[in-house]
Amino acid sequence: MIARLAPFLFGSIALALWEGLVRALEVPAYILPAPSLVVAAFAADPVGLLVSLFSTLTVTFAALLVAAVLGAAMAIGMAASRFAQAAIQPWAVALQVTPLPAIAPLIIIWVGDPFASLVVCATIVAFFPLFANTATGLASPPPELTDLFRLYGAGRVRTLLLLRVPAAIPYFLSGLRISGGLALVGAVVAELVAGSGGFASGLAYRILEASYRLEMPRMFAALVLLALAGIAINYGLGAVGVLLMRRRGDA
Amino acid sequence: MLTLANVGRRFPSGTEALRDASLRLQTGDFVALLGPSGCGKSTLLRLIAGLDAPNTGTLTWDAGQPPAPGEIGYVFQDATLLPWATTEENVFLPLRLRGLSRTQARPDIAAVLARVGLTGFEHARPRQLSGGMRMRVSIARALVTRPRLLLMDEPFAALDEFTRHRLQSDLLSLWRDLRCTVVFVTHSIYEAAFLARRVVLMTPRPGRIAREMTSNLAPSAETRLDPAYAALVARITQGMEAAL
Repeated sequence: MIARLAPFLFGSIALALWEGLVRALEVPAYILPAPSLVVAAFAADPVGLLVSLFSTLTVTFAALLVAAVLGAAMAIGMAASRFAQAAIQPWAVALQVTPLPAIAPLIIIWVGDPFASLVVCATIVAFFPLFANTATGLASPPPELTDLFRLYGAGRVRTLLLLRVPAAIPYFLSGLRISGGLALVGAVVAELVAGSGGFASGLAYRILEASYRLEMPRMFAALVLLALAGIAINYGLGAVGVLLMRRRGDA
Repeated sequence: MLTLANVGRRFPSGTEALRDASLRLQTGDFVALLGPSGCGKSTLLRLIAGLDAPNTGTLTWDAGQPPAPGEIGYVFQDATLLPWATTEENVFLPLRLRGLSRTQARPDIAAVLARVGLTGFEHARPRQLSGGMRMRVSIARALVTRPRLLLMDEPFAALDEFTRHRLQSDLLSLWRDLRCTVVFVTHSIYEAAFLARRVVLMTPRPGRIAREMTSNLAPSAETRLDPAYAALVARITQGMEAAL
């Protein structure tokens, strides 16, 4: 019980300290606004900020969906063929180590459509954990089980469908949880790079806009919304994973 | 059933797992491959199963060709069940891979589960079962195709002594009833003496067959209390020490 309350307790103390120090030291709001000011900034335009949040989340979930489908499909393709594995693996790693801000401008120019280009950017960030986790899961069955399938004359495809894919599901689900947070990061980074040339409606754009106008409380309100969205995505996907595994009888 | 002549297996790493092994396997035999770790007994079992191929020597099946899938049952040291599947689904697997539907397979599954004492546990998942029960599922899975040859690779090594004794006795009565041929890998002299009609002693580095001993003990649970059993254990122990 105490462990469950601990994050809230810690947060409350930190917020109280923050509020108290900002007031006591008379820190100007354009440098560090007090939490009360941040709440007031949100209350001043809740609809605007929530619409922006919705826009960012739309990009996030679209990217997560594309990354999940692509990541799983490519991992399965790699598991099915050694040639595909040799061909795909280095490119997947290259994609993972390339910093998104470095390629986002290119993607935005090439793709053209603002929504699609943001989704592409976020997908690139979210793709790797899903791909790598699924690939690990597909390779996870013990050699004895693969031997058993061989002994009963099962070919590659049936071994894949009846053994390796089911074994990969828990790995895929934990990849999904990691990638959920990354898709949000990717969406925000892409929005920042795209700036006014992008969708002009996401939370990152609100942050940029507020920073140009030195509206720090509004900027913080947008940041808080982002953080809350990230936490919700992480725990939400975690809960979905636990639920699915429980239904399958694993957990 | 099968003749192995001068069979050798060297792995690509250079390790010589098995050298010059010759063995005749009769239909209805219960053969124990006994020896310390690294004596090539598991390698020999994999060669018989066709999961691996020898570098030298030959395996000749009396039938002229190796058994079809399902004619060999294999039990590993771990139960190696599908963790997401129920007992019934795990036992169904070999039949499913043969193209049978669940409805077609159900009578066979029910019969084999009854035979290993798992009736009532059809819908349990592996994690809900004890180690001994998981091994029973594994044995049921190996028996569901009615194999002519049952290969077992230290199946009871990870179980506690009491469970092991139960399963050993049950295996003997299964063998008596089903009349299949069993090759049983073990590093326990007691287990080999209790179960097998023929005990093949193997020595390590490289793995070789040192000698063979036969047993005239009755294949039943009471054998454990028979002085002849203790005598056989002593004989195998001496044989093993001489071979090593």
